[in-house]
Amino acid sequence: MSDKKGKLGLYWASSCGGCEIAVLALHEKILDVAAAFDIVFWPCVMDFKYEDVEALEDGEIDVCLFNGAIRNDENAHMAHVLRQKSKVLVAFGACSFGGSMPGLANFTDKDAMFDWIYKQSPSTDNPQGTLPQKHSQVPEGELTLPNFWRTVKTLAQIVPVDYYLPGCPPEAHQIEAAVTAIVTGQLPPPGSVIGPDVTVCDECSRTKNEKKIKHFYRPQEIIPDPDVCLLEQGLFCAGIGTRSGCGALCPQVGMGCRGCYGPNEGVLDHGAKILTGIASVLDANTPEEVDKILDTLPDPAGYFYRFHLPQSLLRRRALGNGQKQTAKTGEAT
Amino acid sequence: MSDNGTFKPVIVGFLCNWCSYRAADLAGTSRMGYPATLRDIRIMCTGRLDPTFVLRALQKGADGVLIMGCHPGQCHYQEGNYKAIRRFALLKRTLRQLGLEEERVQLHWASAAEGVRFAETVTRMTKEITALGPLDWSHNWPNEDPYALEEAAHE
Ligand code: FES
Repeated sequence: MSDKKGKLGLYWASSCGGCEIAVLALHEKILDVAAAFDIVFWPCVMDFKYEDVEALEDGEIDVCLFNGAIRNDENAHMAHVLRQKSKVLVAFGACSFGGSMPGLANFTDKDAMFDWIYKQSPSTDNPQGTLPQKHSQVPEGELTLPNFWRTVKTLAQIVPVDYYLPGCPPEAHQIEAAVTAIVTGQLPPPGSVIGPDVTVCDECSRTKNEKKIKHFYRPQEIIPDPDVCLLEQGLFCAGIGTRSGCGALCPQVGMGCRGCYGPNEGVLDHGAKILTGIASVLDANTPEEVDKILDTLPDPAGYFYRFHLPQSLLRRRALGNGQKQTAKTGEAT
Repeated sequence: MSDNGTFKPVIVGFLCNWCSYRAADLAGTSRMGYPATLRDIRIMCTGRLDPTFVLRALQKGADGVLIMGCHPGQCHYQEGNYKAIRRFALLKRTLRQLGLEEERVQLHWASAAEGVRFAETVTRMTKEITALGPLDWSHNWPNEDPYALEEAAHE
């Protein structure tokens, strides 16, 4: 890039704000970013209005880091606007890549969610059963809220995306590598995930032996051996089917991989790959024995699709089926 | 779905090369009658069945998926069908959580000599799925993006 500074935009759609913190976790490297780019849009840390970005020329933003899933009209509007205004659009973090935590809403439905959040939940006091309205009249005029979707989508399901930077949130060294690649123009082919294509097991230093599991444990139930593979000890770990780049941080400290970096190259369905890996370590040969072991693994779909349900092949629970159900009983929780 | 409004399900079958695919052949050469609902795909062994195949079939419009292989203990690769049993159990629980009816994805065994069993399985599954009706999975995510809706309205 010449001495002319590039323009950088950052946006959060349906997300928790952790990705914004991850950018700040670059520490002093953020000064390099500031040296290379003028930040033209970053509502989390500076006062920008949507009109500011709408007023830019098409393609005026060189790089836009877009975090968050798409779950309402406002998220979608900003995705379209930022796509139009940006030369390079990066799906930043697990939410924009795969749907992540907001995407877990696809296990239930809008109506069931509204009912729980605004009426049933124990901490709610709403005797009139008021629900958010798209339009409401107040003395000053009409107020509007963006339409809340039934299905959470990923950024790439709404607009074309140039690069993906997975992780919940992406690790600082990877953000740094991505920013460096962008600044020096050494980018991988468009459509790539930026980062190594290995699994978490490759980066995990625990000893791996043959795995044969008779029982799954929740993390609070046992104190795992610090040196042996967690899955071997009956703790669920998605590392076998999950892209690394994180340095296997979670298994290193005794917590099985949650799967936040998502699928490896060429994988159509992240959950199916974790499922296959988990199935292969069950120490059983008959459906009855298998079922007995699986009874100790509540909520398998939640484990397999924790970060990538909207991006998965089936994307969501069948519409209109209400509350999330537990695998074992099939009863609404 | 046929034109006269009666629903005829589409079932994608993954049949192992050594037993069930031959059972299907036998059913055919013996001129056994069974509904023409199965689109069979030959795999070398049920152990080759990646759950992705099942999900892909459902996503692309199948009303059901039938996996068939050699009886336990008779897999030509020793343990392929035991792997299938484990995967299938886990897949079934996962699909249940995604709101899919149990009958839509089934695992059965038929040896190369069991043409009758094969035909019966297809017949029974066809009946079960016909009773459930079409799956139409992609209708679970109608387009809600106002931009896309507006574009569609102008076309
Ligand atoms: S060869 Fe038929 S199931 Fe393995």
